[in-house]
Amino acid sequence: MHPATPVSFLWLIPALPAFGVLFNVFLGRRAGHAAVSLVSPGVVGGAFVAAAYAFTRLLALPPGSALAERLYPWITAGTLQVDVAFRIDALSAVMVLVVSGVGFLIHVYSVGYMHDDPDYVRYFTYLNLFTFAMLVLVLADNLPLLFVGWEGVGLCSYLLIGFWYDKDASAGKKAFVVNRIGDAGFLLGLFLLFWNLGGGAHSLSFDEIAAHARQIPAGTVTAITLLLFVGATGKSAQLPLYVWLPDAMAGPTPVSALIHAATMVTAGVYMIARLHFLYVLAPLSMGVVATVGALTALFAATIGLMQNDIKKVLAYSTVSQLGYMFLGVGVGAFSAGVFHLMTHAFFKGLLFLGAGSVIHGMGGEQDMQKMGGLRAYQPITFWTFVAATLAITGIPGFAGFFSKDEILAQAFSSPHGSVWLWLLGAIAAGLTSFYMFRLLFLTFFGECRADEHVRHHIHESPAAMTMPLIVLAILAVIGGYVGVPEHWLWGNRFAAFLEPVLGAPPEAVSAGAATEYLLMGASVLVALIGLGVAYQFYIVQPGLPTFLAWKAQGAYNLIFNKYYVDEIYDLLFVRSTVRLSTWLWRFFDVGIIDGLVNGTAEAVGANSGLWRRWQTGNVQQYAASMLLGAMAILGYFALRR
Amino acid sequence: MSAVPVEWFLVLAALLFTIGAVGVLVRRNIIVIFMCIELMLNAVNLVFVAFSRQLHSMDGQVVVFFVMTVAAAEAAVGLAIIIAAFRNRETVNADELNLLRW
Amino acid sequence: MSPVLFVILAAMLIVSALGVVLQRSPIRCALALVTTLFVLAVIFLFLDAQLVAALQVIVYAGAIMVLFLFVIMLLNLQQDVRAMAWLGARVVAVLMGSLFLLAAVRFFVYPLAPRLGPGMGGAPPEGFGSTEQLGQRLFTHYLFAFEITSVLLLVAIIGAVVLAKRKLA
Repeated sequence: MHPATPVSFLWLIPALPAFGVLFNVFLGRRAGHAAVSLVSPGVVGGAFVAAAYAFTRLLALPPGSALAERLYPWITAGTLQVDVAFRIDALSAVMVLVVSGVGFLIHVYSVGYMHDDPDYVRYFTYLNLFTFAMLVLVLADNLPLLFVGWEGVGLCSYLLIGFWYDKDASAGKKAFVVNRIGDAGFLLGLFLLFWNLGGGAHSLSFDEIAAHARQIPAGTVTAITLLLFVGATGKSAQLPLYVWLPDAMAGPTPVSALIHAATMVTAGVYMIARLHFLYVLAPLSMGVVATVGALTALFAATIGLMQNDIKKVLAYSTVSQLGYMFLGVGVGAFSAGVFHLMTHAFFKGLLFLGAGSVIHGMGGEQDMQKMGGLRAYQPITFWTFVAATLAITGIPGFAGFFSKDEILAQAFSSPHGSVWLWLLGAIAAGLTSFYMFRLLFLTFFGECRADEHVRHHIHESPAAMTMPLIVLAILAVIGGYVGVPEHWLWGNRFAAFLEPVLGAPPEAVSAGAATEYLLMGASVLVALIGLGVAYQFYIVQPGLPTFLAWKAQGAYNLIFNKYYVDEIYDLLFVRSTVRLSTWLWRFFDVGIIDGLVNGTAEAVGANSGLWRRWQTGNVQQYAASMLLGAMAILGYFALRR
Repeated sequence: MSAVPVEWFLVLAALLFTIGAVGVLVRRNIIVIFMCIELMLNAVNLVFVAFSRQLHSMDGQVVVFFVMTVAAAEAAVGLAIIIAAFRNRETVNADELNLLRW
Repeated sequence: MSPVLFVILAAMLIVSALGVVLQRSPIRCALALVTTLFVLAVIFLFLDAQLVAALQVIVYAGAIMVLFLFVIMLLNLQQDVRAMAWLGARVVAVLMGSLFLLAAVRFFVYPLAPRLGPGMGGAPPEGFGSTEQLGQRLFTHYLFAFEITSVLLLVAIIGAVVLAKRKLA
């Protein structure tokens, strides 16, 4: 690893969105819609330009270099000496480009989508704030600063999910609380790491941790990595802490696109990729990560099959795709996981924005059962949506194919992987294909099932919304070509780019081109099967799904109700916690603290109630008191002699 | 001038002062109370003049000068207050002017 | 001053002071106070405080008491049914007064007085108590106090005018 090259412009990247926040907070109301529509996307666009410039600078340097900038010392407390410092190496370059680029597109989209919302300015304030926090997260040179960004995006997630809080803010609360549980794990991992880094001052920068990693006892490393992974399950919505993400669909759709598809939820994956040198030292944790990822992928896919709300399907799809990313990093294929992160940002962001376009055109309707035949009304939305669907289902030639395929291949062949993991992933891929094509067919094909009145108003979305769709569609198509398999075209340039930072992809246990092609064929096959079944169910025989649901009612109800996980959590954890906190509130807060404060006031009042009787209003009595006092003083002096 | 010792004057002044103080505490009419206050001030004046004579220093008489001035000012303002109070309450009875009561 | 003269003057003083406190009608109290002031002025004369005595008559008896009488007449007071506080208050007041008097005399008058200064017996310096001498002290040593007092008087005038004014409308 080459030493980092110091530069002085990295601070611009997060600073521009921060400026956007300040602008919106102080001048937004007065400056008006048009100004905010220019400034907020503009600052993110500016951040992207700065990031692109940094990327070109990085490319000019030898592989494995990094650009670094140290802003100022932040924590100086004994052995803990943490700086606010930014770093762009291959990994964070990818992340920062994705965050700022996709973020910019979503900002532009929001200009159109949120146009009629009375809280327009507040929305962009939060959106810029989120972008700032996310950029801090990916640019951070050290783990505590990463955590600052981590918390920041959690906060903004709460603010944005609960954006329409006058309607209902409980989804935002749920997101925040569940995230906090994960964050507790993260913090414990962080403390444990700091504790075990040995003597001397520590900045907890990634370079430093990498240098000291081998000195930490094996069991401790496992504990640290597992705890950090708990944080990742919260932030990136894996089992068991995924429950907030489907509910988060209560927020505006561009928010779902940005936060819950392209950026925030990927923070967990990024964190593990960043700390890969720790994870490779703890095979147990890797196994846990991979297993949880694979199980989540399958679990969420099954739920997504049956949902009727378009956004809920996409939400569960996100959880499932995140599972793939964790599966990737869990088997040691760090660059594959990051690759899928990038392509997922493209196509899932596009899917959400497309869904937003549909919802916008349908006047707010989100139930797919009331949609249908929309391809005639919203052609641009339709074609971009098709591109995204092809990408996510892994149809060859599109972005998702390359990234998902690589993960599955690594799951099968890596020393950390196994056949079973591959199988879970493959089945999930088939389900993914099915539910995505189901969504496509239900929404865009067939008879339009909307009311007369709604149907008259269906229109294609304005340019502010369709332009980002088109850009993302292009990326969804071509984005995968940076990472084609080894022997094709120019090989996996993406992995090569990331290799100095993330290490080489694991040595395949059962190598060989034949196995690889076999696996590739298998994933294409399941994708096509999914397509076929969906076609059958929703185009050819529309009555079939209902019939099957009726036939297998028990199973259907179970899955449709998300396996009752929320209800179970409520019963097991939520109710008792609420009861405990209510009791604590009553006992301590109201009883003791309020009692002390109010009691003090009452005591003072009672005391003065006693003494006020001295004020009789009778001046002569006052004079008598004065005389008495004067005599007492004189007496004292007299008797002193 | 001759052999009247200064203590006699002081005792006289003390007596005068006491009479004034008792008057302040006992009378009901505010104006009379005020007059008793003037009595007390005069007792103090007597002490100053007596000591001035005792110490052969003019400073005591200067102080008496000031006391008189201040007493004049105080009487003026005090009587103005009494007039204002009388206008409000139609009484100069100290017992009835007890608005500052708790 | 001979002791006999002192005793006569002292008696007059006490009698008129008691008159102030014990008379029922406010006018009579005022007149008793005027008498007290005059007797006091005479005592001042015998104590070689000529200017002060003159001022006593002019300012105190001549201005302040006149003011008092104006106010009494302005308010046109009827005689109060009860001129004094209730018995208990009277008893306590007299008690406290006596206590004060005894304490003052015992602890302050006799211990302090004899040790101070040249004494009553000796003749005072030339011009003691005269206007020149008072003026000397006043306009040199006590100049600042003098100036401040003039401001005080100004404040008192304004205050009195404002307080006693009839509210407009």
